[in-house]
Amino acid sequence: MTQFLRVAWIVMRKDLTVEVRSREILYTTVFFAASCVLVFAFALVREGRPMEDAAAGILWIAIAFAGTLALGRTFERERQTETLRALMLAPSDRPAIYVGKLLGILLLLGVVELVLVPMVALLFNAPFGASLGWLIALLAGGTLGFVSVGTLFAAMLVRARSRDVLLPVLLYPITIPIIIAGVRGTVALLQAVPDEPMARFWAALLVFFDVVFVTLALWTFEPLMTE
Amino acid sequence: MARAFTPLAVLAMLLFAIAPFYVASAPDEQTMGLIQRVFYYHVPSAMLLFLSAFVCGIGSAVFLFKRSAAADRVAVAAGELAVAFGLIVLITGPMWARKAWGVWWQWDARLTSSLLLWMMFVAYLLVRRYGGPGSEKLSAAMAIFGMANVPFVYVSVNFWRTIHPNTNVVMTLGSGMRGPFWFCAASFLLLYVLLLTLRRRLEEQRASVEQLYLALDD
Amino acid sequence: MKRRVMTIVGVMLMTAGSLVGVAQQPPAGQAPGDFLPVSSLPAVEQLPAAPLMIGAYAVVWVVLLVYVWSIWRRMKKVEGELADLRSRLQSR
Repeated sequence: MTQFLRVAWIVMRKDLTVEVRSREILYTTVFFAASCVLVFAFALVREGRPMEDAAAGILWIAIAFAGTLALGRTFERERQTETLRALMLAPSDRPAIYVGKLLGILLLLGVVELVLVPMVALLFNAPFGASLGWLIALLAGGTLGFVSVGTLFAAMLVRARSRDVLLPVLLYPITIPIIIAGVRGTVALLQAVPDEPMARFWAALLVFFDVVFVTLALWTFEPLMTE
Repeated sequence: MARAFTPLAVLAMLLFAIAPFYVASAPDEQTMGLIQRVFYYHVPSAMLLFLSAFVCGIGSAVFLFKRSAAADRVAVAAGELAVAFGLIVLITGPMWARKAWGVWWQWDARLTSSLLLWMMFVAYLLVRRYGGPGSEKLSAAMAIFGMANVPFVYVSVNFWRTIHPNTNVVMTLGSGMRGPFWFCAASFLLLYVLLLTLRRRLEEQRASVEQLYLALDD
Repeated sequence: MKRRVMTIVGVMLMTAGSLVGVAQQPPAGQAPGDFLPVSSLPAVEQLPAAPLMIGAYAVVWVVLLVYVWSIWRRMKKVEGELADLRSRLQSR
């Protein structure tokens, strides 16, 4: 078990070290997410005021799009430097590599969300501060679910043709339930009186999803990545 | 199995020939009248959509973990059938809804989840077609995750408010309706098994072609 | 193999034919305009149900027939390839 965690930690540290040095994926993803928010704001704002519940939807859409981009870029970098094969050849538990990459991308998206949430709150006058705890729970659960499936698919698509378009094709249908739960929960929190029981229900559903998807991903990672 | 194909196909033909008459003899449903008869074809198709999703998912799991090429052939056949029967459900449903509810589409849990399930298997077929070499494994992963979504689809109507008929409808059918419904369900199931066998045979032939090409190269 | 495909096509056509036969009978005492609109959607026009229902059944047959036809088409191609390969192997 500790060996497993050690390998995951090492992989995550490697990713973070590379990222900290270049900051390429971080800057481009944050900027892309911000542009997304603006595009949707212009599309959905009527007479200077946003549509109802637009803030929650825009936040989660931006996370989904930015997440897809980050996943694609991370594994593209691995492919170009051919480090993925080296990782696979390493004498370690394959699922540990998966967990390491998952944690790295999770941290990256976490930083993106740190920028996104205040931005959306500002632009849409959304009272996120009222029930910040539940918002963090929803974001954590949703992002974990999204990234867990995304890391698996992005890793297995590394050697496929049309990988750029196939990642969204595969990822979005599977993760739309996560997005639904995230948006509904966030909407519940943004009511005049935050509907905390509702948010708790959606957060619980997200946890359920996370458990199922992470388990499935750990289970299928090994057979998928071997020839 | 091969011997049984033609007699079973004849049986399926008889069942489907009788089905419309049996359906016509069922009593009228109180609030919806004539249009409700779409139910006799819509619901069995929905059941087959879910069944296909499971068969494809289980076949894909066996393929991934036991490296069984035969399981992959069953999986791709079930994947195509899931898309075909899902198409039937998603077209007949709105036609029924337009009359019964007044709108073509409602963003409630059951409809949305069925659409998602269908799209997952369309994605399955897309990956197989355009993913290049090794795409069988990629699509297998997609099918497994798609199958994991099925219970969620089925249970969702019980968690959220929806105008879609509750899942209890089938179990509480009036006696006049029960006969035609289960008859149609059985006919569809028989047809499904025949189509699955046919499609699987096509995959087997394709595998033989590949082997012959390899033999030719030697 | 081809025989099996033809049998399935036969199933479909026969049942499509019998469906047309059933549709000629008037539906049991149901005039097209007699439906009460759903109470929460008062703006519904009085649609006749029969075309929608026949259309729905037609969709079922069309989809299944198209699918069987697509299997048949692919089967023909593969069997052609198989025959070709076998003859090439034998002539070696």
